Amino acid sequence: MREKRYALSRRFASFLKRPVLAMAQGPWGGKPGDSDGTGDGEASDGASEGPRNPWTQPSGGGRREGSEGSGRRSSLIDDLMQRSRKGFGGGGGGGPRGGFPGGAEARSLWPIALAIIVILWIALTSFHRIGPQERGVVLLFGKYSRTLSPGIGLTLPSPLETVETVDVEEIRTIDIGSVAGDSENLVLTGDQNIIDLAYSVRWNIRDAELYKFQIADPDSTIREVAESAMRSVVATVSLTDALGAGRTAIEQQVEQRMQDILNGYRAGVRVQGVAIKQADPPAAVNDAFKEVSAAQQAAQTYLNEARAYAQQLSARSEAESAAFDKVYEQYRLAPDVTRRRMYYETMEAILAETDKTVVETGNVTPYLPLSEVKRRAQAAQDNAASGQGGQ
Amino acid sequence: MPAAFRNPVTLALIVLALIILLGSTFSIVPETRQAVVVRFGEPVAIYNPYKANESFGKTGAGIKARLPFADQVVWIDKRIQSVEMERQQVLSTDQLRLQVDAFARYRIVNPLRMYISAGTEERVEDALRPILGSALRNELGKRTFAALLSPERGQVMNNIEAGLDRVARQYGAEVIDVRIKRADLPDGTPLQSAFQRMRTARQQEALTIRAQGEKQAQIIRAEADATAAKIYAESFGKDAGFYDFYRAMQAYRRTFDPKANGETSIILSPDNDFLREFRGR
Repeated sequence: MREKRYALSRRFASFLKRPVLAMAQGPWGGKPGDSDGTGDGEASDGASEGPRNPWTQPSGGGRREGSEGSGRRSSLIDDLMQRSRKGFGGGGGGGPRGGFPGGAEARSLWPIALAIIVILWIALTSFHRIGPQERGVVLLFGKYSRTLSPGIGLTLPSPLETVETVDVEEIRTIDIGSVAGDSENLVLTGDQNIIDLAYSVRWNIRDAELYKFQIADPDSTIREVAESAMRSVVATVSLTDALGAGRTAIEQQVEQRMQDILNGYRAGVRVQGVAIKQADPPAAVNDAFKEVSAAQQAAQTYLNEARAYAQQLSARSEAESAAFDKVYEQYRLAPDVTRRRMYYETMEAILAETDKTVVETGNVTPYLPLSEVKRRAQAAQDNAASGQGGQ
Repeated sequence: MPAAFRNPVTLALIVLALIILLGSTFSIVPETRQAVVVRFGEPVAIYNPYKANESFGKTGAGIKARLPFADQVVWIDKRIQSVEMERQQVLSTDQLRLQVDAFARYRIVNPLRMYISAGTEERVEDALRPILGSALRNELGKRTFAALLSPERGQVMNNIEAGLDRVARQYGAEVIDVRIKRADLPDGTPLQSAFQRMRTARQQEALTIRAQGEKQAQIIRAEADATAAKIYAESFGKDAGFYDFYRAMQAYRRTFDPKANGETSIILSPDNDFLREFRGR
């Protein structure tokens, strides 16, 4: 038994050495001195051990025949072929000492290969790298066993325990309705009006195992819940709230309602937020809504104009009354003189600049030259016109 | 070792037979499924049946053995599933039409009952779908249009859920909730008339805003006029006679201003007060 194991390890060693030799000798081939020296040593060593060494006859012969690389290589291939044929065909070859040694070696390689495969399999399926944003759900024969935290997780090898990794940190977004004008997502409001709504829902996974096991199709469930929650909330608010002021409240209510419904399902999902991207009147009635804002602007314009008028008027009235007050103060000190002075000054200013005719009544017939007055008026107008044209 | 075991073909056959035997004896029951074991048509066991509020890891999932070849496993989903109703038109009591999309969520809680009464999961869904539709129509048909949009809707939904749940129990299923996904006015005349109503409402609003603006503006002007009158009266009221004179002087200056429009010719009588001193008396 011990003998056998020894032989086995030797054979294994030579098996490993073989390709190295082939590589070393193949390309150069022609040098019989140095590179062949080791090969010969190995060959003679094998030859001295007798029939157990697989190299002895064929490789030794090949080497003696010639030092060309092609000959060497073909002999190696022949050797391999031969040995493999022996390995598979020699079922009745008997013990390791009797018959050809090749069969024994090939058969003893099987368990080694198998062991390597099994070890690799265990190594590959027992260690799991869980990223920082992931959780690993471990199933023992399909039964939930535990959840792996980020890092390297150790489990039983594959058929016993399997791991499903779930990304729990990633915030997923569902968009409902579109901001683009081609499609409308019409929603009824509480006062039976219709608005075109586009919103998005952000969520992530809270419990990896609940998310995995609880709902048949979690993603579309969340979408449906979002739509249902949004519609039921919008159905309680008025059009004006939905279009503007109440948006934040709607978002919060929808988020809360979605979370409640999903918790009711034990979905293992956390709703991070709902954002209304667009809440507009439908395109069919948009013009009427624009009219309203136009009317608001117009009303504001009226008010502005009225305020401007009021400012003007009050300033003027204050100015005039202030002026009057000043003059009146002085007038009271010397009423008669001031009155006469003002009268004369005014008359002087007027009469100095105008045509005047003094008519003595009694012996002069008053004659009012209306035609003359008209003509002069005409001339004055012409003068004014030419004066303007000349400029 | 008998020679037969050394023959690779025999060996392979034996291994294959073992695998088949193992496969038909043991089955892995995942957390997401429950199963009914049927022995020659007769249900004998249930794997991993649903229990409310059980935590994962303490369920009946895992590896299960059964009698090979005699027992057959019928798999049933344990998770919450949904059944969707195709769009339906619902007529409210006030004869308004509404297009409704709804969905119900259910879970098979009694796999044995489900297996006996429906056989497969698809049949449960097929059975629930028309019932959901009719329950919805019946319940919504009892309400006014406005009630469908109001918070009362919750009550309506509960009634539908209860009605559907009664039927679902017969199939071993439990209805978790029923929700209206969309409730829209149908395309065509109802939608157009709703739009028309919205449009006229907006026009009314626009006109009201405009009129309100005009009203405010007029009030502002009138207030300004009143304030001005008050200021004038306070000031001028101190001496009405002087005001008359003062204002007349201002008016003359402006009226007879040569820069003003129109030529001015003045014909004076010597009796004029201005010419009193002219006579040299």
